[in-house]
Amino acid sequence: MQKEQITEWDRVLIARSPDRPRTMDYIDNIFEDFIELHGDRLYGDDKAIVGGIAKVDNHIVTIIGEQKGKTTKENMERNFGMPNPEGYRKALRLMKQAEKFKRPVITFIDTPGAYPGIGAEERGQGEAIARNLLEMSRLQVPIICVVIGEGSSGGALAIGVGDKIIMLENSIYSVLSPEGFASILYKDGTQYERAAKEMKITAKDLKDLEIIDEIVKEDNIFENTKKSILKNLKLLQSQTIEELINNRYEKYRTIGSLDK
Amino acid sequence: MVIDKIKKVNQVEKIQEKNKEATDKMIGKWIKCEECGEILYKEEVKANLSVCTNCGHHFRISSRRRISQIIDEGTFEEINENMHTTDPLKFDGYMQKLEILQTKTGIKEAVKTGIGKIEGEKVAIAVMDSNFMMGSMGSVVGEKITYLIEEAIEQRLPVIIFCVSGGARMQEGMISLMQMAKTSSALAKLDSAGLLYISVLTDPTTGGVTASFASTADIIIAEPNSLIGFAGPRVIEQTIKQKLPEGFQKSEFLLEHGFIDRIVPRKDMKKELATILKMHKGGN
Repeated sequence: MQKEQITEWDRVLIARSPDRPRTMDYIDNIFEDFIELHGDRLYGDDKAIVGGIAKVDNHIVTIIGEQKGKTTKENMERNFGMPNPEGYRKALRLMKQAEKFKRPVITFIDTPGAYPGIGAEERGQGEAIARNLLEMSRLQVPIICVVIGEGSSGGALAIGVGDKIIMLENSIYSVLSPEGFASILYKDGTQYERAAKEMKITAKDLKDLEIIDEIVKEDNIFENTKKSILKNLKLLQSQTIEELINNRYEKYRTIGSLDK
Repeated sequence: MVIDKIKKVNQVEKIQEKNKEATDKMIGKWIKCEECGEILYKEEVKANLSVCTNCGHHFRISSRRRISQIIDEGTFEEINENMHTTDPLKFDGYMQKLEILQTKTGIKEAVKTGIGKIEGEKVAIAVMDSNFMMGSMGSVVGEKITYLIEEAIEQRLPVIIFCVSGGARMQEGMISLMQMAKTSSALAKLDSAGLLYISVLTDPTTGGVTASFASTADIIIAEPNSLIGFAGPRVIEQTIKQKLPEGFQKSEFLLEHGFIDRIVPRKDMKKELATILKMHKGGN
């Protein structure tokens, strides 16, 4: 009963809560032998995105995730989970590596958005995101994307094109923040609660819109997430690469709301 | 809720008024160049491809005019002309706003797509339109561009997209964000099929369009002095709390940083596109 009273805005606050598990918590609790791999080989190492290889049951996988901090100090280091282009390019490098070694890719999405800074623009933030969308759509290994907290805008989608999109029950996924939406479309930034409702950003709303595939309950957060990942890995690995890529194409091909 | 609706209607009226003002500015015989401030005779500017005869500033132009400047006369066959959105979020006032814009601009959505010829070379072309919700990408823009790319693969044609966009169509929420993935997936297929894709970035190209099909072409061309970036300048200024340097996110800045191939003024655009197309004969 109590759960039904959680409003959309409550979920935004839960999704952004500093107490919420971060990508590294999922890695520590679900996977074994995580070897972190750094750098994009072009410019630098972006700490807002972590990546590496690890084991889960009998699978060797590549993990990529946006990493927010839990303390102010850690958040400064992690740029509050807002990646620069080199973060997305590191992600792409690790995805291509996964393809070479035929490892599935698991991504964890948790970001307020791609970082809007001078350096980010100078180094091609738009190009970095665009490249990932294009390459992820044809990557020859299974990709599972898990939205664990805040999935905001192109900065989230840049590691979010895959075969199965999973959302934690209290995570959100949106085209921009409810505050931004309210200030632009209602011309009133204080109407964020209304925006959170009308934008359809909760796991349930997005499942109904058929944008995501599965919702993970949060009563036992790591165990449930692990189960979902393993179930979907098994399902995806039973497909041929050709089937996998075709299904992935069709999945995005059919998203829209229009009449001819 | 009733109050909200009244407020919306008022806002729509305000938009109508604003649009009327913009139209009046163009209907008059004279226009002011927004770059150099010079008062220009409209017919002369129009004859100059909507480029300021004083300073060379490129005015924004409609998709219809762009097509007439680029595509050989009488060869353009439009695809999906009447496609329209079904308002996935049931967003208050959205359909009304679209209707007003459709009447005002004579186009149904923020992109025109079709097949035409450039100096005799057959090409699949999409031209976005800043007069229609600042070229924002929702379901229809995403679908029309994806459909065009699939058609190009089917017919083995090169693709040219003239970009102008403020980004995702916020009124369509997550569905608009997903159009970035949809168009990018189609471009991956085009790329794997070995076909040529040229994007032309015009003022302004930002947000979700920059972060998808604008930036992944084989050859990326920009018109001079166009604003091109992912985050808008205002958002960046608010984030870093300082003024942006002169020329930041302009075509010349992107060329210097290695993100576009060439800057081509409007008067040379058709010739240049034709030359490139002829070097990729048959789209291969």
